[in-house]
Amino acid sequence: MFVRNKTLTLAASAALAAAALASGAARAEDVFKIGLIVPMTGGQASTGKQIDNAIKLYMQQNGDTVAGKKIQVILKDDAALPDNTKRLAQELIVNDKVNVIAGFGVTPAAFAAAPLATQGKIPEVVMAAGTSIITEKSPYIVRTSFTLPQSSTIIGDWAVKNGIKKVATLTSDYAPGNDALASFKERFTAGGGEIVEEVKVPLQNPDFAPFLQRMKDSKPDAMFVFVPAGQGGNFMKQYAERGLDKSGIKVIGPGDVTDDDLLNDMGDAVLGAVTAHMYSAAHPSAKNKEFVAAYKKAFNSRPGFMAVGGYDGIHLIYEALKKSGGKTDGDSLLAAMKGMAWESPRGPISIDPETRDIVQNIYIRKVEKVDGELYNVEFQTFEAVKDPGKAKK
Amino acid sequence: MTSILTNLFDGVAYGMLLFVLACGLAVTLGLMNFVNLAHGAFAMAGGYVCAVLVNRIGWPFFAALPMAFVASALIGALLERTLYQHLYARSHLDQVLFSIGLVFMTVASVDYIMGSSRIFIKLPEVLQGQFDIFGVGIGRYRLMIIVICGLLTVGLQLVLSKTRFGSRLRAAVDDPRAASGLGINVPQVFAFTFAFGCGLAGLGGALSAEILGLDPYFPLKFMIYFLIVVTVGGSSSITGPFLASLLLGIGDVAGKYYVPKLGPFVIYTIMIVILIWRPNGLFGRTATR
Repeated sequence: MFVRNKTLTLAASAALAAAALASGAARAEDVFKIGLIVPMTGGQASTGKQIDNAIKLYMQQNGDTVAGKKIQVILKDDAALPDNTKRLAQELIVNDKVNVIAGFGVTPAAFAAAPLATQGKIPEVVMAAGTSIITEKSPYIVRTSFTLPQSSTIIGDWAVKNGIKKVATLTSDYAPGNDALASFKERFTAGGGEIVEEVKVPLQNPDFAPFLQRMKDSKPDAMFVFVPAGQGGNFMKQYAERGLDKSGIKVIGPGDVTDDDLLNDMGDAVLGAVTAHMYSAAHPSAKNKEFVAAYKKAFNSRPGFMAVGGYDGIHLIYEALKKSGGKTDGDSLLAAMKGMAWESPRGPISIDPETRDIVQNIYIRKVEKVDGELYNVEFQTFEAVKDPGKAKK
Repeated sequence: MTSILTNLFDGVAYGMLLFVLACGLAVTLGLMNFVNLAHGAFAMAGGYVCAVLVNRIGWPFFAALPMAFVASALIGALLERTLYQHLYARSHLDQVLFSIGLVFMTVASVDYIMGSSRIFIKLPEVLQGQFDIFGVGIGRYRLMIIVICGLLTVGLQLVLSKTRFGSRLRAAVDDPRAASGLGINVPQVFAFTFAFGCGLAGLGGALSAEILGLDPYFPLKFMIYFLIVVTVGGSSSITGPFLASLLLGIGDVAGKYYVPKLGPFVIYTIMIVILIWRPNGLFGRTATR
């Protein structure tokens, strides 16, 4: 059954690619289909909802016709389970004959779709997942979110320069967490810092208490934290409950822990947490103010970095289609995407033509109260950061 | 030294919480011999009732806690009368299929109504933070859990062993036919017990939102913990599950603290060792059934 399916897919995707190249059926010519696979249910649902919202917003603002083609987004929920992602990607490519697949809330989901993108010669636009290696899994993957080494190396350098000597780390035990830990550790210890305690917590973790107690007893200057977007709230609550804020142990890390989506509900314990990340809803640019206002008006909530990943992802697809002059085959689109640069709500960004990964500013931010609400306020900028995970090679 | 005591304290609080969550299951599974995998769904219902009352309507936390109990107990009573009672005489497989189906339905509907993100209950100032006794960090919230759950355990034990209702219940369980021959209204006793167990779960759900996190997947995520408590504790009394909960709570916290690499597996290791040693659980009855 499995083998048969696979051959079918191969055949079908080849046929599809051929059809696209020869610009086959009349209908396919006027409609440009985007298969959006994101988690809309389950623990990562906030990621999917933000991306979906951002795409809807972008299409409201920019219309749904590009280069003479009508854009159609087909939304599928994979609940962040890679098996589902693979099945849905297959259905979208074979049955719906989509031109682009996009979304991918978690790293394993982006991995699962990669071979299908390669076989079908269809661009895979990763809007959320942040493990460095993703873009190497297929020559058709382009990323508009961020990579964890981008922010983790920078917070590592920052910690060294700002008198933090001893750090305890708490990271979720899966690919992005390990990525974040490895890149932080490398920079921080190279700069003379010391890791006094290293704890990896299970991804499905009910209670942080014992891990936090261990952090507290190791008496570090700061703790480096990576938990996936969505778990930050629970973490910060328990951090405060255990009195770590009062014992002077600061939270530093990539910005996932202080995700704008949840930040305002975390309470004052989170004040002063310093993170490095590519987007804050408080980013002081006209473009971002307009984006935040429009998003708030449409969905009555604050956009987080996942929403920006989606917003830029759909922008990239629109612009690629314009640039290719309406050519919808994967290779033309991909060629158009490579090297594209524009101003996003997060600041100036571009797609690295070599790695197809995103190049963007990374900001150091501190959680502060602005007009009674908690925000990540940016105070230092590192410009045009490439993914350090690939720069090494 | 102080960190040992802090860990012990956290472990006891965690264990107590597990006990309140799971003791209703010990009653239905052990006393009524009904496999109710949907037990966690009642806990979740209590948690959400409490969250809505406190966060949206603005009730004080301590007033909302009893309501979590009442609401879950009412839902339990309703479902017992309409659905569960038809399955008492059915095979365990039917019961498992029925209750797991119920879990999936609950998960989907709560996800639809309340959204899938994790919910927190706004706590009063009194319950936030930690204070030190001789250098041992005591979390206020966890202390409250220990007090509430400790009182409940004593109360339950007294009701079961000393009151008329307790003896009726035990009689109804041991031999329903003889019990009804003696004029005990067996279905009524079961319904009441079932509802009470659901109520306890609801209270546990409300208490655990702060520590375990409350989202629509709660019943599935913690089902395994409830079942471990009941299997390890044995289901003949409530002392068994109580001691099992404490053991697992302390074991889990200590395991995560001292051997963080193995942390999550400690609880399973304890279960396996105990079940090899005593296949019917710590206080299981042997050969009565």
